[in-house]
Amino acid sequence: MVELRGQTLAYGPTVVLENVTLAIRPGERVALLGRSGAGKSTLLAAIRDSAMAAGEDVALVPQENGLVPQLSLFHNVHMGRLHRHSAFYNLVTLLRPFRRDRAEVAALARELGLEPLLDRPVERLSGGQRQRTAVARAIHAGGGFLLADEPVSALDEMQAPEVLRALLSRFPTSVISLHDIGLALAHCTRLVGLKDRRIIFDLRTGEQNASDIDRLYAA
Amino acid sequence: MPPTSTVSTPLEPPRPRRRDRPLRRLQVVWIALTLAALALFAADLQVSAPSPGAVLKALALGFARPDFLALENLGQALLLTLTVAFGGVAIGAAAGFAMALAWNWRAVRVLSLCLRSVHELIWALFIITVTGPVAIAAVMALALSYSGIFAKVFGEILDEADPAPRDALPGRGLTLSGLIYAKLVPSLPAFWSYFCYRIECGIRSSAVLGFVGLPTLGFELDTLFKQGRYDGAAAVLLLTYALIISQSLWLRRRLVPLYVLGALAYLAALSPGQVSGFGLWQLLAVDMVPAPLRGADLTAAGTWGAFGDWLWRLVSQQVLPGAWATVLVSYLAFVLCGIVALVAFPLIVTALAGRIGAGLGHVALVIMRSTPEYMLVFVGVQVLGPSMLPAVLALGLHNGAIIAHLVGRQAEGMVPTLRPDRPGGAGLYAYELVPRVSSGLIAYLFYRGEIILRESMILGILGIATLGFYVDSAIATLRFDRAALLVVAMILLTALADWASRALRRRLKVGALSTRPFC
Repeated sequence: MVELRGQTLAYGPTVVLENVTLAIRPGERVALLGRSGAGKSTLLAAIRDSAMAAGEDVALVPQENGLVPQLSLFHNVHMGRLHRHSAFYNLVTLLRPFRRDRAEVAALARELGLEPLLDRPVERLSGGQRQRTAVARAIHAGGGFLLADEPVSALDEMQAPEVLRALLSRFPTSVISLHDIGLALAHCTRLVGLKDRRIIFDLRTGEQNASDIDRLYAA
Repeated sequence: MPPTSTVSTPLEPPRPRRRDRPLRRLQVVWIALTLAALALFAADLQVSAPSPGAVLKALALGFARPDFLALENLGQALLLTLTVAFGGVAIGAAAGFAMALAWNWRAVRVLSLCLRSVHELIWALFIITVTGPVAIAAVMALALSYSGIFAKVFGEILDEADPAPRDALPGRGLTLSGLIYAKLVPSLPAFWSYFCYRIECGIRSSAVLGFVGLPTLGFELDTLFKQGRYDGAAAVLLLTYALIISQSLWLRRRLVPLYVLGALAYLAALSPGQVSGFGLWQLLAVDMVPAPLRGADLTAAGTWGAFGDWLWRLVSQQVLPGAWATVLVSYLAFVLCGIVALVAFPLIVTALAGRIGAGLGHVALVIMRSTPEYMLVFVGVQVLGPSMLPAVLALGLHNGAIIAHLVGRQAEGMVPTLRPDRPGGAGLYAYELVPRVSSGLIAYLFYRGEIILRESMILGILGIATLGFYVDSAIATLRFDRAALLVVAMILLTALADWASRALRRRLKVGALSTRPFC
């Protein structure tokens, strides 16, 4: 179990969240909700530290994607598994991918609608394509624990649910920040609302009422 | 930034310390000019050559009728100049790259500092004593000095690489593969671009290495001047210009790997000289040990007394006079450089010089900035004699021309953006352009100032009494212990000047702006 106990989280000298207590149980799909600047990314970073300290195998979809612009889509996805191969294997892959890896990444790319772009440098992809590449990298990395920061924010309303479902189905436990309440209600088992430097609600999906959500986004 | 669990209490803003307060720029300019006027009295600026007019005339005649056939080994010298440049820079880059990977180790940073603080000409003086005057010695000298520079620049490129791709990987990407994929690969274009820039600098350095006896173009120039064959010397100078100015035609980035491979293959076929492990051991472990300590009883008080005498004599008779001369030459050249830049940049601004004038201005600046400064000083010493005068003039003109070019280009782009009723002529220059370009000009000046100091130490090899003069004489008389101590003094003086420059820049609130693509 990954757990924060009464921690105060700061981004540099600025306190972002005070006295945070949060436990993530195996099997949960937690949505972090709140206006931009409420501290979702900071909380995700703290959960990542804590999960890594607990020995969890964490896959990450960071907010700015964290891709290498010069490398191809294939190589960026392969990067999710660098730690599972030797440096020599990865060097060879950099020059010429192995057929088996390529087939595996191609299948994943097909599922996310990226297959024709496999050899294109990421710097020549659109914003939505890049985001799906970052999602593909996290899926390819695998592991028991997913942390995703607005993983579908650049996708349209048709693609977003499909990609989110594909992503969440691969991990037993996940914490994702979302600004789309509808997606959170449809795909997550637990809702955590952040406002005014603290957690203002922490509920199972279905237990919330409209006023909770209104309070979250009210000025 | 990772989240932390600390809460900082707000403090009162501290009063700025005296040395952190900004200085007024104009004030500093007046102080600088006053100091320069004082330095003029202290410096040895006489024309010591018996007949400077005659030499100048002969040289001018030589330029009118250059004799390309005077050089028996012209093709060979040209080929070796390029081979040394490509080979030396490539080996230096490889070594520098290896050091950059370990850039967060202090030992590596110190090693890089020592390697790059010693000019390739000084490295060459030492290496020649072991290998003899062979091309390989030039390659080694260039590679040693450049590896330190490459280590620093490559290390900084890696430090500045976007950390996000690596951090996004499982386990924060703290593996060799994570480093390669998320840091090295994104940095490759910057590495490559810097490498190609350094190749251009390497060609100049390689030509200049001939002045200490290595078989490149500088050697031919030195020999022909000493024989009084000015038509031949003019031919070498013209050839050097042609080589440097035509770089944009043949030094294509795609061709660089080909040139490097060719150079390495050619070098492998050359004679390595009389390299012997024994010679190197003798140099490092015996000859460089201070004479009073060599083979002496280190526990005896007398040994250390003798060492103290040795040290004091060396410091008072060579290190301090050499350092003082170095500071004088570089300070005067620095001020002259600023004046030249300020006066010469309008030469290439069309609104000030006119279309034809700007064309001529470009030609003048290209000639001044293309000549390697060492060659310019060499010619100056032949004409004027070995005083500080040729060094100050050449360093000031060469570096001033580089800054004038960069600032002038900036000003040229600025003119169309000014208000329609802008003044012309002197009003445009003094009220619109100079204030706008002044920050950039000062930042370039600081960058060149650090280069001027390094160069003026080296110019001692040409007979001007800066630190390089004493190193050269110590090596010529096989006193390697003195030479080594003088090199340490060079490193310390460089570090001191860099520190002073940083402190002054902080108070002036300017940076040091790289003058790439000029070496």
